[in-house]
Amino acid sequence: MIRFLMPTLAVFAVGGAIAATANPARTALLDGYAAQAKAQSATFAGFSAERGRALYLGPHTGGKPETNACAACHTPNPTAQGRHQRTGRAIEPMAVSATPKRFTDPAEVEKRFDRDCPNVLGRACTAQEKGDFITYLAGQ
Amino acid sequence: MPRRLAAASVLLLLSGVTSSANEFERVRPVTNDATRKECGECHMAFQPGLLPAGSWTRIMDGLDDHFGEKASLPPGPATEIRAYLTGNAAGRGDPALLRITEQRWWLREHRFRPEVWLRKDVLSKANCEACHRDAARGLYDDD
Repeated sequence: MIRFLMPTLAVFAVGGAIAATANPARTALLDGYAAQAKAQSATFAGFSAERGRALYLGPHTGGKPETNACAACHTPNPTAQGRHQRTGRAIEPMAVSATPKRFTDPAEVEKRFDRDCPNVLGRACTAQEKGDFITYLAGQ
Repeated sequence: MPRRLAAASVLLLLSGVTSSANEFERVRPVTNDATRKECGECHMAFQPGLLPAGSWTRIMDGLDDHFGEKASLPPGPATEIRAYLTGNAAGRGDPALLRITEQRWWLREHRFRPEVWLRKDVLSKANCEACHRDAARGLYDDD
């Protein structure tokens, strides 16, 4: 069954990635973060989905113990529905393949980073971290 | 429907009381889009009629530390939501209390054993919809 499903899933994943890169609003958002990252660090050499994945999964220290990773609320599987750690409120999946509107509204994205980075990391996120995070989830 | 009935029965059994008529059992649903969206991201967007204006004002003043979480909003939506909540607030209730779940009428209606709040499908007193299935529409008289 898994063998039978794998090609189907792969097609979905690729489809998601294509849809993700094709969204002009998300591309513009990532370009903006790339410009900021360059300004913040001379050694910046592009975003990394792998670093984004590590950021998403954690665990981190510095934030609140009950939210020591993005995955604490969003679950380790970004295509799954998350759950607010304190209120139980359902959260739409973070993966762009599952929630295509993710990372297309800059104000919304900044609002969430502004709130959640302190909760998880105990500090603001860098532009590179934001870009890594979006790059990872755009490919999921 | 059976699930709903079962949940209601459990609540009745646990509480051992039936509620009396209460003005907070039916409140006007949230009609402001910004309120529905911004407040509803992390919890059900509570109806303005559940708290007096003084409580809403203090909640909106303190979004940087909203019951232990950063919930700050950009100035535009913050102003709109503040006006909507205070303009449609309850005529009753204690404005010194920020939590709906600390208001006297609320406590009177929720005398359950503490275990109820720890149930996985409940998790929080803020999760009205765990038991009141139509809470988002302002209907709380289903207990």
